[in-house]
Amino acid sequence: MQIEIRFFAAIREALGTSGLSIESQARTVGELRDELIARGAPWAEALERGRAVRAALDQAMVDEQATLREGAEVAFFPPVTGG
Amino acid sequence: MAAAPISAPASGARVRIQSEDFDLGAEVAALRGTDPRVGAVCTFLGTVRDRNEGQSVASLELEHYPGMTEKAIEAMIDEALRRFDILDARVVHRVGLLQTTDQIVLVAVSSAHRGESFQACEFLIDYLKTQAPFWKKEQTPDGARWVDARVSDDAALARWGIASGNA
Repeated sequence: MQIEIRFFAAIREALGTSGLSIESQARTVGELRDELIARGAPWAEALERGRAVRAALDQAMVDEQATLREGAEVAFFPPVTGG
Repeated sequence: MAAAPISAPASGARVRIQSEDFDLGAEVAALRGTDPRVGAVCTFLGTVRDRNEGQSVASLELEHYPGMTEKAIEAMIDEALRRFDILDARVVHRVGLLQTTDQIVLVAVSSAHRGESFQACEFLIDYLKTQAPFWKKEQTPDGARWVDARVSDDAALARWGIASGNA
């Protein structure tokens, strides 16, 4: 299915892009992250397991078990540091 | 450097994300309006400090997630209204390039009595710090660096019975 992906802050910088639209087989946010990691550099490092990466699905914070749907907007970003 | 323009408070808008500066007095006046039930207003003002993690900081660049950031803070205010006997609240958060001593964030809460305003104000800034999508990048003498999330901020939110898991 078609997924809109957005990146912010250090992850956006490491990837050199603020987002992309992809056709994905992933069923969950975690599987989508794994799909991106499988692309190799620079994705593998920026989203690597063990690194603090937070996710949002349709603009709400979620964990990686969250289920994707056609046309979903998924964002990956570092821990937040506002205020 | 010329001071950033100051925005007028948009009446009715509880959450504003903007590059412009804001006027605390005008925001409090807009929050209070002419509501005769208001007996207390508490505000938290966050500003750009000149040091962080042992290094001097000259400026900050703040990034956010347009759309989600506003929604997240609106939901936090709804939660504050459920938890505390308050009348109204508003949050103004700046983004873009900020200099030392600049204002970053304002949380303002009104209530009939002071206790609830104090609590709700602290709740909102604790919540915002770990759950609202903003990211700070500092300019230091060694170059630019992204600010790390603090475990102590997660602990601050945990006091309100909310698990953060941010840092």
